[in-house]
Amino acid sequence: MPVMSYREALTDAYRLAMRKDPRICILGEDVAGGAGASGQRNIGGIFGPWPDFLPEFGEQRMIDTPISESAIVGTAVGAALCGLRPVAEIMFSDFLGLCLDQIWNQAAKFRYMFGGQTSCPVVIRVNTGAGMSAGSQHSQTGYGMMTNIPGLKVVVPASPADVKGLVMTALEDPDPVIIFDHKSLFTDKGEVPEGEFYLPFGEAELVREGDDCTIVAISRMVKFSQKAADALEKDGISVDIVNPRTLSPLDEETILESVEHTGRLVVVDESNPRCSAATDIAALVASKGFSSLKAPIQLVTAPHTPPPFAPNLERAYLPGPKDIEAAVRRTLKS
Amino acid sequence: MSQPLSAEQLLGAWRRMVTIREFEERLHREMPKGMIPGFTHLYSGQEAIAVGVCDTLDREDVIVSTHRGHGHCLAKGCEVKPMMQEIYGRAGGLCGGKGGSMHIADFSKGMLGANGIVGGGPPLATGAALAFRNLGNRRVSVGFGGDGSANQGTVFEAMNMAVVLKVPTLFVFENNGYSENTAAEYAIGARDLAERCAAFGMPAETGDGTDFFDVYARTRRAVERARNGEGPSSLVFTCTRFFGHFEGDPQKYRAADEVDTFRQTMDCLGKFRDRVTAEGWLQESALQQVHEDVLALIDAAVEEAMAAPLPDLATLTTDVYTTY
Repeated sequence: MPVMSYREALTDAYRLAMRKDPRICILGEDVAGGAGASGQRNIGGIFGPWPDFLPEFGEQRMIDTPISESAIVGTAVGAALCGLRPVAEIMFSDFLGLCLDQIWNQAAKFRYMFGGQTSCPVVIRVNTGAGMSAGSQHSQTGYGMMTNIPGLKVVVPASPADVKGLVMTALEDPDPVIIFDHKSLFTDKGEVPEGEFYLPFGEAELVREGDDCTIVAISRMVKFSQKAADALEKDGISVDIVNPRTLSPLDEETILESVEHTGRLVVVDESNPRCSAATDIAALVASKGFSSLKAPIQLVTAPHTPPPFAPNLERAYLPGPKDIEAAVRRTLKS
Repeated sequence: MSQPLSAEQLLGAWRRMVTIREFEERLHREMPKGMIPGFTHLYSGQEAIAVGVCDTLDREDVIVSTHRGHGHCLAKGCEVKPMMQEIYGRAGGLCGGKGGSMHIADFSKGMLGANGIVGGGPPLATGAALAFRNLGNRRVSVGFGGDGSANQGTVFEAMNMAVVLKVPTLFVFENNGYSENTAAEYAIGARDLAERCAAFGMPAETGDGTDFFDVYARTRRAVERARNGEGPSSLVFTCTRFFGHFEGDPQKYRAADEVDTFRQTMDCLGKFRDRVTAEGWLQESALQQVHEDVLALIDAAVEEAMAAPLPDLATLTTDVYTTY
């Protein structure tokens, strides 16, 4: 199986899907770049996901827009109602605040509010997460808020294979989908199947199997949980690691089955802790899997602060392998 | 002036305008009886705009409407009875009773939904037009808004985006003088809305929203430009609303005699009737007959809506997603 980076998997998925379906177009700020400028046209997108898309797909499908997040999403949503399969790119998930209405009140509600008359096959792709000292307004996640929205599907790829399979599924899904691509994972490498490859929504990945504790980890936290698991293994502690892949729909069954087997749960999410994906998953297990639990659920999250700038502060803000390891050990002491 | 539309077209326009008027006047009388749930915003007084604009469109063209959407729905071809059922929250409503007055839609008629968020619709109109551009057809989209929406950033973004992408869309602003309780005179800093629209880089003009013929002629030119690939336009139509922002609005912000005066001086139906009879384009008797037919239809629609079954409780959780 070929090995590629998270970014290469992303490129591969969109390229294959766009070759297959001429209705797919990508709109956003600098998706190609250089429009109307005196220098190079086509910069290849921010973080480089669309290297040669402009020459291959043309300006009608690689649409450079003004910096107008609300209109980027709104235009994509309107086009989705009229026969296209648009992808709206929002450069950083922190900017979702600028286009929230078009997601929350428009795209996600149309099918329900209009009595099932329409679907709205729009994909919103955002770069997310901390780890680049990008400061308080370019480092947040936001998928917790999005998971609170009925009508929206929320995708959190944790690996290059996840990116490819989940993106290809999103681009054939009839409903609005938001994909949070973690910007600190872009250079991570992994095995990715060749050609068309689809991962179903609502099916978690059991990344690692063990007996003593379940770790449910989101996005980049899957990788950190693997490191923690490696360290724990040296002491004879083995863990299940569950990667939900999509937060909406959420694969409740896999999480509950794992906790039933291990009796312990650690949830790892780099987001702020209140009303988050972590608290949601903890509530799921507390309400539907309480009798399996041998110890209190542990949450490993960022503190309830904005992401800081200074690298040492940011490292302290982000959950790391040691935090996860310590949390697992806490569940074993009870 | 030569007759701008055939007698059949004119009678159709009259039918649609009278339908909107009587639909709204009837709702105004029904609302206090307590059978209609929720918030309702009536369109009475603005009929010439919805009908003048939509009569220039083909069935395949699309509109995006506002919270004050009944007029746009009826003008674009939504049927009276399922609309009435929707407003009464009944299973047979256009949205199965899940939308209500503020969210009526009929995609089969190119009516992409009334929108409860002021300024929520124009970005969608830009998007619809992008789809038409990319799919290479000659369809156009219209985004309706009021003077209130004209101050929303989403609308500015949508207008600029439409100009940059050169898509076939029209931004139609119905300036009825008030955004809720606040006068447009106060809230539009630039005062001249069309001038502000033009500043985005598109043709923009102001017309008389109480004159069907003025609305029709200006819109037709803008639609033609859009179909010819010449990009978006903005149209501002001045008008008044005969009722409050919402049903139940005491309208303390309006002078005591304002609405009565406007019903005399700014009634688009009266102006239309006077014009077509004076020019000899339509007979008074034909207009009257249509009016009577419309009243009978609305009577039947209200009666049927009140007797119609409520939505099945099982529908509470359906159609959130297509697949989940």
